[in-house]
Amino acid sequence: MSDASARLSAPVPRYADRMREGFAVRALLILLALAFLVLFLFLPLVSVFAEAFKRGFDAYLAAFDDPDAMAAIRLTLIVAAIAVPFNVVVGIAAAWAIAKFDFKGKNLLTSLIDLPFSVSPVIAGLIYVLLFGAQGYFGTWLKAHDIEIIFAVPGIVLATVFVTFPFVARELIPHLQALGKDDEEAALTLGASGWRTFFKITLPNVKWSLLYGVLLCNARAMGEFGAVSVVSGRIRGLTTTIPTQIEILYNEYNGVAAFALASLLAALALITLVLKTFLEWRYADSIAASRHS
Amino acid sequence: MSVTLVIDQAEKQFDIYPALRGVSFTVEPGELMALLGPSGSGKTTLLRAIAGLEQLDHGRVLFDDVDTRRLSLRERRIGFVFQSYALFKNMNVFENIAFGLRARPRAKRPAEADIRRRVGDLLDLVQLAGLEKRFPAQLSGGQRQRVALARALAIEPSVLLLDEPFGALDAKVRKDLRSWLRELHGRTGHTTVFVTHDQEEALELADRVAILNLGAIEQIGSPDAVYDQPESAFVCEFLGETNKLPVHIAGGQAFFEDMPVFRSNGQNHLGPASLYVRPQHIKLVDNGPLSLQGVVAHIRRNGAIRRLEVAVKGYARRLELDLASAVAPAVGERVAMKITAGHIF
Repeated sequence: MSDASARLSAPVPRYADRMREGFAVRALLILLALAFLVLFLFLPLVSVFAEAFKRGFDAYLAAFDDPDAMAAIRLTLIVAAIAVPFNVVVGIAAAWAIAKFDFKGKNLLTSLIDLPFSVSPVIAGLIYVLLFGAQGYFGTWLKAHDIEIIFAVPGIVLATVFVTFPFVARELIPHLQALGKDDEEAALTLGASGWRTFFKITLPNVKWSLLYGVLLCNARAMGEFGAVSVVSGRIRGLTTTIPTQIEILYNEYNGVAAFALASLLAALALITLVLKTFLEWRYADSIAASRHS
Repeated sequence: MSVTLVIDQAEKQFDIYPALRGVSFTVEPGELMALLGPSGSGKTTLLRAIAGLEQLDHGRVLFDDVDTRRLSLRERRIGFVFQSYALFKNMNVFENIAFGLRARPRAKRPAEADIRRRVGDLLDLVQLAGLEKRFPAQLSGGQRQRVALARALAIEPSVLLLDEPFGALDAKVRKDLRSWLRELHGRTGHTTVFVTHDQEEALELADRVAILNLGAIEQIGSPDAVYDQPESAFVCEFLGETNKLPVHIAGGQAFFEDMPVFRSNGQNHLGPASLYVRPQHIKLVDNGPLSLQGVVAHIRRNGAIRRLEVAVKGYARRLELDLASAVAPAVGERVAMKITAGHIF
């Protein structure tokens, strides 16, 4: 009898203990996450803007008056304007091939798409120097035909394309795979051409994934440093992009100008984040619907 | 408009297993044919091969006299209803149905007014008038199914193919749609092939049923023929309910436990075999020749009829039979039974 009642009453305090522990653990984890966010994300972001405006608003604007800075901004925009559409087209093609067709070497292609993520951008840059540089494999031929790739805009575009290639394809592949082939097959049996099927059926089905991919791809294309730094040669006013220009300015102890430019990239990151969140919030239903079934 | 559909020696091999092994049959113009079989029997592969969504390794599919290998998907003019319906989520009901008309090459594309009229007619036909502005997500399962059908009919298909047309619906809607589809087929008269794993659906709906097993046709015939005269053990076991008795055949009679139980007229077997008997083909009798002894183990109601489970010596399972009269024996009572019809394989 006493044994039974002891067994009955025992769980009560133990249960309460567990709840208290749970709360403590939860609070600790939340605090930890918060501390991390503040220390590694929020503080740096704030300090970028703080440094940029340290000498006042006029000094901040003056940083953009510099022709080198303007050239860097222009080059960054040009590179993104080429690399992003290119990667959208190729990324869609690769994702389509992987999601809709069965062929030998499909797994290899899937892992190759991820390669740019696992290769250090500096190595990626060096590979292009090795291929197209003056001492590279194609260097003599390129020089003979007056084609400049390394230390010029084409090299920067190539390096950026390489580094940002996975974003679009990786967003699309799982989505296309989840959607299956039924919709496309239905369109084809109804007599639609391949193009019509793609533009009327497939593209509307994956538009949100595609948009995410483009946003991320663009952010990275504008922010890429390592690979671009290697292939561009960092010729001021000619082959510097925003990130490489920032480094040059910073190394010259021109903190305000460096952080003024950095604030542009930080703003781009914030805008990307806000856009992504806004899209998720505004179109949550249709995104869920397009991912469902 | 209806065509004769001929499948000639269709063969298809997937990675390790054969999906179709020399399948041949003909579907007459306006006929409603069911492809029935367990999962993995190759029925969906066959349907997709007819549609041109799957390439055959060997064999041909003919629409009338035209070899479809020479036709593009557009030229085949297939009305295909997918199991998932595959409605276009970003288009409303009207645009879904109009899709096939709008997708025609410019020269053959109907005028906007004609498209409106045609879609309107189809909406009436599938009883969805008034819902043309809805999106697929706002429709019930049965309504989606009918939109998928209307969309397939819009292109005036030469052949209508349906993959598990009622697979995703609940039982009640399923029954309603079944008779509705039968009636619709009577009115439109397309040569139609549908795939199902539901025998009740196949037997009720189809003019003829092709029963597939492991990529080959076991039997093909009218619902009555395949049900009453099964040609193989597989068809016997697959269609309807059946008791399978281990018997020994000698002198035109089937022996169970060394007692003659069934006269195997015309079925040329000798030695050990299986006797397949449907529950409605066993009746209770007073003792007599060719009778089988057993003890009633359980009685349950199966809709309108009562089902007796009888324990028989020498038979591991219980013999099931449908009770014809209103008078039922008690559980535990000894009974004598006579087999009125059966099939030996």
